[in-house]
Amino acid sequence: MNQDIYVVIEHLRGQVAEISYVMLAGGRELAKGFGGSVAAVLLGNKAQGLAANPSPASGQYLAVDKVLYMDHPALSDFTSDAYQKALAELIARDQPRAVIFGSTSIGTDLASTLSIKLNLPMVSSCSSFSADGKFTSQICGGKIMAEGELPGPTALITMVPGGYKTEQGQNSQAPTLTQVEISSVEPVRVTLAGYIEPESGDVDIAKEKVLVSVGRGIQNQDNIVLAEELAKALGGVVSGSRPVIDQGWLSTSRLVGKSGKHVKPKIYLALGISGAPEHAEAITDSDTIIAINTDPAAPIFNIAKYGTETDLFDLVEVLTSQVKAAKGG
Amino acid sequence: MNIIILVKLVPDLVEELAIDSSGNKLDTAWLRMIINEFDDHAIEQGILLKERHGAVVTVVAPDLEGVDDVLFTAAAKGADKLIKIKGDFSGANNHAMARAFSAIVKELQPDLVLTGVQANNDLDGSLGPLMAGCLEMPYVGYISGVTLGDGKLKTRKEYPGGLIAEMDVSLPAVLGIQAAEQPPRYVAVSKVRQMMKTSTIEERTAPGLDMAGGPTISRMFQPEAAQHATMITGNPEEVATKLVTIFKELGVL
Repeated sequence: MNQDIYVVIEHLRGQVAEISYVMLAGGRELAKGFGGSVAAVLLGNKAQGLAANPSPASGQYLAVDKVLYMDHPALSDFTSDAYQKALAELIARDQPRAVIFGSTSIGTDLASTLSIKLNLPMVSSCSSFSADGKFTSQICGGKIMAEGELPGPTALITMVPGGYKTEQGQNSQAPTLTQVEISSVEPVRVTLAGYIEPESGDVDIAKEKVLVSVGRGIQNQDNIVLAEELAKALGGVVSGSRPVIDQGWLSTSRLVGKSGKHVKPKIYLALGISGAPEHAEAITDSDTIIAINTDPAAPIFNIAKYGTETDLFDLVEVLTSQVKAAKGG
Repeated sequence: MNIIILVKLVPDLVEELAIDSSGNKLDTAWLRMIINEFDDHAIEQGILLKERHGAVVTVVAPDLEGVDDVLFTAAAKGADKLIKIKGDFSGANNHAMARAFSAIVKELQPDLVLTGVQANNDLDGSLGPLMAGCLEMPYVGYISGVTLGDGKLKTRKEYPGGLIAEMDVSLPAVLGIQAAEQPPRYVAVSKVRQMMKTSTIEERTAPGLDMAGGPTISRMFQPEAAQHATMITGNPEEVATKLVTIFKELGVL
């Protein structure tokens, strides 16, 4: 047993995911309190370079005290079954104070099952930690925060973005890699058949200057036209949050959020979007967020620069005609 | 083919949320509980598989207020069997629920277990992968498409940026559904009422709730934002005028 904080590095097709740096920053905070070190756990096949070399995007390394590297052909791409078996062996052997996963498509496939398998406690959706070992989690679509002592002996944690900046999990020093032997990952019940590239769609919302984005508050497909007319007047395009895409009201290429695009327009105009964490993480790079929502408690108002509680059905048509008039004059 | 769908009831976020006097949990007095929206997608995906390949679809839910409506609605959509698990689930965490569900699900000998990928009140992981741990089955989450053939499942798993991984999964398995292949179907209230008369909800008793594995919450609070939007007020004309001024300042007009 030790007081180290293990961070399971997420990578996809040869690139370290941003959440990995956020997790390292959170892990550093915990390690301060527990007096342990921060170790990156990297699983892959001939993937040492992901830790040994700096990130091509930032030129920086993972900010860690050491890297534990597990190499196996079955680990070359993420699959839940093989990753889980490899990690179960490592966690049971080392018994670190905590293991941090992303609250992502990869991390959530691993943490809960390991909690049952290894009989270890878990905390999900943590956004930050304090040096005295407390966690803060986001629930109810970002409307409620929950706080508590990190459970022991080994806490399995999933982390959401928002509490730390990626730069806090990076530094200029190349870390030391230690290879960890794996006995077996067989039988593997989940295998990767292949990747399907994202639908390109007619526009790339990640490159647009003005996005008029619609959420559940738009109520039905017939109302999408309101947003389209406003977007047209502003020289932008319409995008949407998850519920709108799942209803089939807009194509998948227009999805803003965790599984969709991260966007960075000059103006992000959110119509009837509550601003749940899965959506919020994808729009924080926008220059100016303007939110129109009748719910004063909607979390979108905490990240928007301007907001109004005016009902979008009373406002949008009036706004469109004023925008048109302003352009005409 | 035996498909089991697990359903959770969660706080309706449209309603105002409050913390109770203990300071460490939601005030349930005014809380409206509704079906977890991702579980609704899991039901849809299960019914789609039944329509394509033939299957017996069983929906399992904990005994919380409103659960009968949720179960009868599932029946109206095409579920064959409804099971309500008795027990005091009001403060139960996902670990307790997974253990309670898995004891009963095991007896049903499922080929496939579907549930929503997450729920808005998850604090100790999510139900699907916890169940997979209890049932010793493989788990894949963030699923937005399922194809069946030769005793194998082909699933579409979502990654950031719209990338999809096609994962092959051997049965029996647990899947965490992000979105069904089509929006959850609508059923008329009259059809749900009819189900209340013609279908039955089987009641089973959970072997006792074991909360071990979840965290202890010392405090719950509504986030005090470091920043809050500058609010624009007035009638729609006035609000629009102010927004146009902002658009001009930002150089888009």
